[in-house]
Order: sequence, then structure tokens, then C-alpha cells
Amino acid sequence: MSVTTAGALSQALEIVAAISLAPLLTGWVGQCRAWLQNRSAPSPWQPYRTLHKLFNKESVVAETASQLFRVTPYVVFGCMTLACAIVPTLSTDLPLAPAADAIALVGLFALARVFIALAAMDIGTAFGTMGARREMLVGFLAEPALLMVLFSASLISKSTSLATIVETLAHRDFAIYPGLAFAGVAFTMVSLAENARIPVDNPATHLELTMIHEALVLEYSGRHLALLEWAASLKLFAYSCIGLALFFPWGVAHAQAPLQMLLALPVLALKLAVGGAMLALLETVMAKMRIFRVPEFLATAFLLAVIGMLVHQLLAR
Amino acid sequence: MNALLTQFVDLLGALLLILAFAMISQRRILSMIHLFTAQGVTLTLATVVVGLVTRQPHLYLSACVTFVLKVLLIPRLLHRAVDRLDIRWETETLINVPTTMLIGILVVIFAFDLSMPISRLSSALASGTLGIALACILVSFLTMITRSKAVPQVVGFLAMENGLFFAATSATYGMPMVVELGVALDVLIGVLILGVFLFQIREQFDSLDIRHLERLKED
Repeated sequence: MSVTTAGALSQALEIVAAISLAPLLTGWVGQCRAWLQNRSAPSPWQPYRTLHKLFNKESVVAETASQLFRVTPYVVFGCMTLACAIVPTLSTDLPLAPAADAIALVGLFALARVFIALAAMDIGTAFGTMGARREMLVGFLAEPALLMVLFSASLISKSTSLATIVETLAHRDFAIYPGLAFAGVAFTMVSLAENARIPVDNPATHLELTMIHEALVLEYSGRHLALLEWAASLKLFAYSCIGLALFFPWGVAHAQAPLQMLLALPVLALKLAVGGAMLALLETVMAKMRIFRVPEFLATAFLLAVIGMLVHQLLAR
Repeated sequence: MNALLTQFVDLLGALLLILAFAMISQRRILSMIHLFTAQGVTLTLATVVVGLVTRQPHLYLSACVTFVLKVLLIPRLLHRAVDRLDIRWETETLINVPTTMLIGILVVIFAFDLSMPISRLSSALASGTLGIALACILVSFLTMITRSKAVPQVVGFLAMENGLFFAATSATYGMPMVVELGVALDVLIGVLILGVFLFQIREQFDSLDIRHLERLKED
């Protein structure tokens, strides 16, 4: 497969957009949440200030830390950037997209998760180990559900390549797929769990006994912490983009029409703004659940995704 | 346009099934009643859309009856019963929720498999919805079976009737008006009688657990 100039350009633009816009999305969700909870809201640019502050700080590493601990932030950041690069958000003409299909994308998230869990256990503090165990518990239940959601979309387009899925869903005659309704509900539940959002984990908590994501990065500081926070933003961005690509794919530029990219960027920004507000609303109306309820929550997501596939099979005549 | 509306009916059927599943996984009575109301709204919409596609005006009337009965009246009665019995937070299931959901998925597979040959024979506009409707009925039935308290059982029973109604509208374009009105009245009377029963059971046993009903005589 040859790489066209337009393709390389759209790929580069997509990576730059992901890296630069991801903290803004996190900030926007935080702002919406504050509005909904009647607090005075921080500016949506707050994550950038935090990142700036952290990058200027000295990075302290524990004496017992191995090389793994130092490498992990870079690996995680790299995984998330690549994930953002292969999800078609602006155009379906992506030179990197054939490198990884939907299954490899899930594997990419799993790689980042394994590294961050190992790094948390590496130091040997109690909280890190506890966080790592919980993260793996959430992860191993969320992964099959995410795979099933992606498979439901793959069944429609007969391909596991994300670019092909978006191409099929966005540029054919408009049709309603009831199977995707199930997949949509399941995907929402999985992404809440995977991004450490409220029914599963509270992103703003500093209460040690309930935190998952925070417990993992407890020992990091300075630029390492900045990279991990940025990677968390990128993960939220990647998940939002997968959701938009599967369920609201309209506005993504066609492979043959690179000029549509000009339109695709504002459309993406609008979709992300609406999606972020919805996420904040979901987080406000739900209460955090006990950690032992999480397997039930994710099992429900898995079952819904499976039923989505069954419904698709039943209705595909 | 018609094809799109047919797909919309399919989508509403899928929503009905999602709501039935949400009901299975729900522990609180109030949430179950909310879900039941949402099912009523979905059902009303589905009836209107089927009426639009098949150009059968009597379906609009039946949609009106559904709306008044299942979105306004019955949920109101249930809310009142729950208020008067003071059982907002009742949380008892016979089998734990994940197991119930696993059984639920088996039931769905069974229903789909059963309806596959029937829908192949049928030429109705949304023949695939028969399987979904059957799955709705069986899943609501499962909700009834797995609850030990009386009020969730009543809600499960009503959800089952929703599934039946959806099957009737989507597979046969609605029953004759007389039958439909009769069924609607039946459901209403059923809820009223069950409401009286609830208070009687409570008065007799000081609890709404229907396992007390298994003993036939006092000892």
C-alpha cells in the first residue's frame, strides 16, 4: 500500500490534533461537571497548566525502583498516541491504520495497562499493589466487552479494520442497526470503567481506599506524572473517538476527498464537546458503586454486547 | 422511507429488550417502575410507527390507550402502592443478579432460535421483531421468577404484557380493537386487584415475601 501525500498529511494532522486537544477534552469534562454540581468551574485550560507545572518540576524516583518504573510513562504515552493515530477521527485515509485493526487496538490498551500495573507493583508500596490488582480486575472484565462491541460493528462492515468500519457506516445509505443500540450501551459502560470514571472510579478522588487510577500513579512525580496524566487524557480522547467513529461516524472525511478534512475538524470538535458534556452529565447523575459491584456492571456490558451481535444476526436477512 | 421506518421499529424492539434486561439487573423497586414507564413510552412509539407504515388508523387509538395506561396510570398506581407500603429500597432476589443475567442470555438465544423459522415464513413488515418480542416476554418472565417480593413480580408481569403487546403490533399489525381494549382493561383491573392483594399479604404476614404463601395453614 502506497502512502499518498494527502494520507500522510491527514495522519500527521490527526496525531497533532489528538495530542493537543486531549487535555482540553479532559478540562471541558471537568468544567461541565463543576457546572452541573454548582461549583465554580475551573477553566478548560486547567489541564495544560497542570501539565506545564509538572513538566517544570523535578522528578523523584524511589530508591527501589527498577528501569521498568522509569520506562513505563513513555510506553504508556506511546501506546495511547498510537491508539489515537489508528482510530479514524478526521479521515479514513490513514497510512498507520492497516498496522492495527480493532483487535490490535484492544491489545494496545492492554499493553499500556500491563506496564502501568507492573510499574505500580515495582515500588512495592501497599497502595500501588492494591491499585494494580484493581486495575487488572477492571481491565480483564472490560476487555472482552470492548471486543464484543467492536465485533458487532465489524459484523456490519465485514471487516475488523477501523477505517473500513467507519467508511462503511458513514458513507453508505443511511440505515438503522438495532444491534448497534446494544453495542452503544455496552460501549458507554466499558468506557466509563476503562477511563476510571464515576460509577467505577472517581477521577478526582484522593481517598486512598477507593481509588484505582490514582493509586497506580501515586509514586510518580514531575515529568513522569505529567506524561501519565497526558496519557490518561489521550485514552479518554481515544475512547471518545472510537465511540464517535462507531455510532456517529458522519463528518469523517472520505479517503478520496482529502479536502473534507477542513470540515472534519470543526465537526469533530463539536461532537467531542457534546460527548464530553454527556459524560459529565452521566457522572453527575450516577453514584460511585462498591468495587465488588464492578464485575456485575462489566458483565452486564459484556452480555449486552453479545445480545447486540445476536440481534444483528436475527435481523440480518 | 418505509424501509427506514421498519428499521426504526426494529430499533424500538431492541430498546424494549434492553429495558427488560435493565429490569433484571435492577435491585430497587423505584428504578424498576421507572424502567417500566420507559418501556411504555417505547411501546407507544413503536405502535405509532407501525400504524404509520401500515396505514392502519386504529393503531393510533391503541397507541393512545397504551400511553394513558402504561405511561400515566399504572406507574402512578405502582408509585402510590410503593409509597403506602413504604418499600422503596427493597433489594431481594432469589438468585444473584449476574447468574440471572447469564440465564437471561440463554433465554434470549432460545427465543431467537425459536422464532427464526417462523419469521422466515412470515411476510409481515418487521418479522425479525417476533424474536425480540419473544425474548422480551421470556426475560420479563425470568424477572418475575427470580424475585421473592410481590411488587417486583407485579412489575415483571406488566413488562411481560408489554412484550406480548409488541409482538401483537409488530407481527400481526395489531389485534382487533375490541380485543385490544379488553386486554387493556384486563391489565388495569389486574393491577388494581394485585394492589389490593399486596396490602392483604402485608396485613397477614407483616412482609411482602411471597414465600409465606407456600404454607397453607397456620401452625
